[in-house]
Amino acid sequence: MTNPNYNTAELVCIMSARFLEDGKIVFGGAGMPLISCILAQKIHAPRLTILFEGGVIGPHVEIGKMPPSTNEQRAARRANMLLSITDILLLQQRGYVDYGFLGGAQIDQYGNLNSSFIGDADNPKVRLPGTGGANDIASLASKILVAMHHEKKRFVEKVDFITTPGYLRGGDSREKAGMTVGGTYKVITHLGIFGFDEESRRMRLETLHPGGTIEEVKGRTGFELLIPKEIQYTKPPTEKELRTLRELDPDQRYTRPKEE
Amino acid sequence: MIKPYRELRDVIDKKDRGLREKVMSLKEAVSLIQDGDQIAAGGCHYSRTPMAVVWEIIRQKKKDLVYCRSITSTEGDLLLVAGATKHVITSWFSPGVTWGVSRVMRHYTEKKLAVFEEWSHMTLGLRFRAGAMGIPFVPARSMLGSDIFPRLSDIKEMKCPYTGDKLALIPALNPDVAILHTQRCDPYGNVQSEGLPFMDQDIALAANKVIVTTERIISNDQVRRSPDHTKTPFFCVDAVVEVPFGCLPHECYGEYEPDFKHMDFYVKLMMGKGPEGVKEYLDKFVFGPESWNDYLEMTGFKNILQAMVMGRSVYND
Repeated sequence: MTNPNYNTAELVCIMSARFLEDGKIVFGGAGMPLISCILAQKIHAPRLTILFEGGVIGPHVEIGKMPPSTNEQRAARRANMLLSITDILLLQQRGYVDYGFLGGAQIDQYGNLNSSFIGDADNPKVRLPGTGGANDIASLASKILVAMHHEKKRFVEKVDFITTPGYLRGGDSREKAGMTVGGTYKVITHLGIFGFDEESRRMRLETLHPGGTIEEVKGRTGFELLIPKEIQYTKPPTEKELRTLRELDPDQRYTRPKEE
Repeated sequence: MIKPYRELRDVIDKKDRGLREKVMSLKEAVSLIQDGDQIAAGGCHYSRTPMAVVWEIIRQKKKDLVYCRSITSTEGDLLLVAGATKHVITSWFSPGVTWGVSRVMRHYTEKKLAVFEEWSHMTLGLRFRAGAMGIPFVPARSMLGSDIFPRLSDIKEMKCPYTGDKLALIPALNPDVAILHTQRCDPYGNVQSEGLPFMDQDIALAANKVIVTTERIISNDQVRRSPDHTKTPFFCVDAVVEVPFGCLPHECYGEYEPDFKHMDFYVKLMMGKGPEGVKEYLDKFVFGPESWNDYLEMTGFKNILQAMVMGRSVYND
């Protein structure tokens, strides 16, 4: 990329926020997803309602007092309602949640995520902290957004372990497993926006971010991506988006550029 | 393992459910826990953790406990290294997102010294819910198709007899003992709570015994002035212990935020030296002090004050 006035984490944050429509309900995780949700509220979606796994409906997150997790009192600030973890997650099963917004250690070509084991689950190289609510969110929310830094070791053909279901083994395997709703909707990386083919459920490039190239995307993806004949480009971050984001995260705690 | 219904009913039958005082010392309360018990902790992550009870469990050298919690933070490290548990049932296990992956959790699970039984957050909650409802399972649409499912011995899939939908059957979890911390409780065990409820209500109803630690003990008259704040009724509860700052270094809603300085100190020691670091921590902060209050004093008045100012600030707006 040719010296843009934003870093890769800011880019992912802004591009993700654009998918969150006004009036919808989003289940947001701590860190970057949360900043994205608040950014969307400030820019174009003032009636976007945020839910936190800790049991929070519609919190008012204060600038400079970002909760480090979603299960603590800072996350509960000026909410509309506090309810049990089980009940807030069940809202998704009932169908009230439009978007689940996740990050992940590893994603594959069918949008499955892994946050449990690196390597063989029986003899793991690394035991990761686990699913938390991610499995529930990806099983139950209407649409799943995944925001990640685009790296070859993270974009793998087959995840070591499906913690969080996308389209499982492609085709209709998700439906056959019992999940008749939901699925990974968009994957937002610092290089582009990715969706999934309606039939095969394989990941496909939808738009490249300004300055991005197909070669770089391919070079950083560990599987064969579907590439459209005609390449579309994402609109670059606006001044307003960047300014607002930097007000929200002045110390770049959540939008620090990723180390390569 | 689903406990037989008859056995669960017998436990409640034998319980003295009359309105009676249950205030006791931390030591006495924790002596209600037997080696091998399945215990479930209230709160979540580093919020409303019954830390004083965990601390006393370690001091009493309990063994072979099965530790169940929605999300497990630093208290899980302490229990593993102390040898109090070799089996943790949880959805997520590490100090907190900003502190990285627990080196102790990794050591014990990767070396197969302990089992980390992973359930999704909602389905673990449903296990307590089913336990609270007195039924062997509840169906759910979560966990299907994942690799978590086949690793669990007691989860099943079924075709709904009404609709034909594929459903996961989530087995009841009726812990032997629930350990909960709250802001206030009366001497009879009427538990009043503020803020995030987490899974506490279901855990209390699901468990055979309930130990409650509370920031303060209030009169039954106070309870009766706001009965809508009572989240668990007295007849579920077996022990009430007044333990101010009973979650530190974790938080208690409206009372104190985490003692972030002590958390940073702990995590640095744990991540730097692994289980050895936690052994040092246990010797100094768990086995060293005479009492819980002495432990608090060791963590430092200024830290606690800072945590308290932040905690109470929820009521400032």
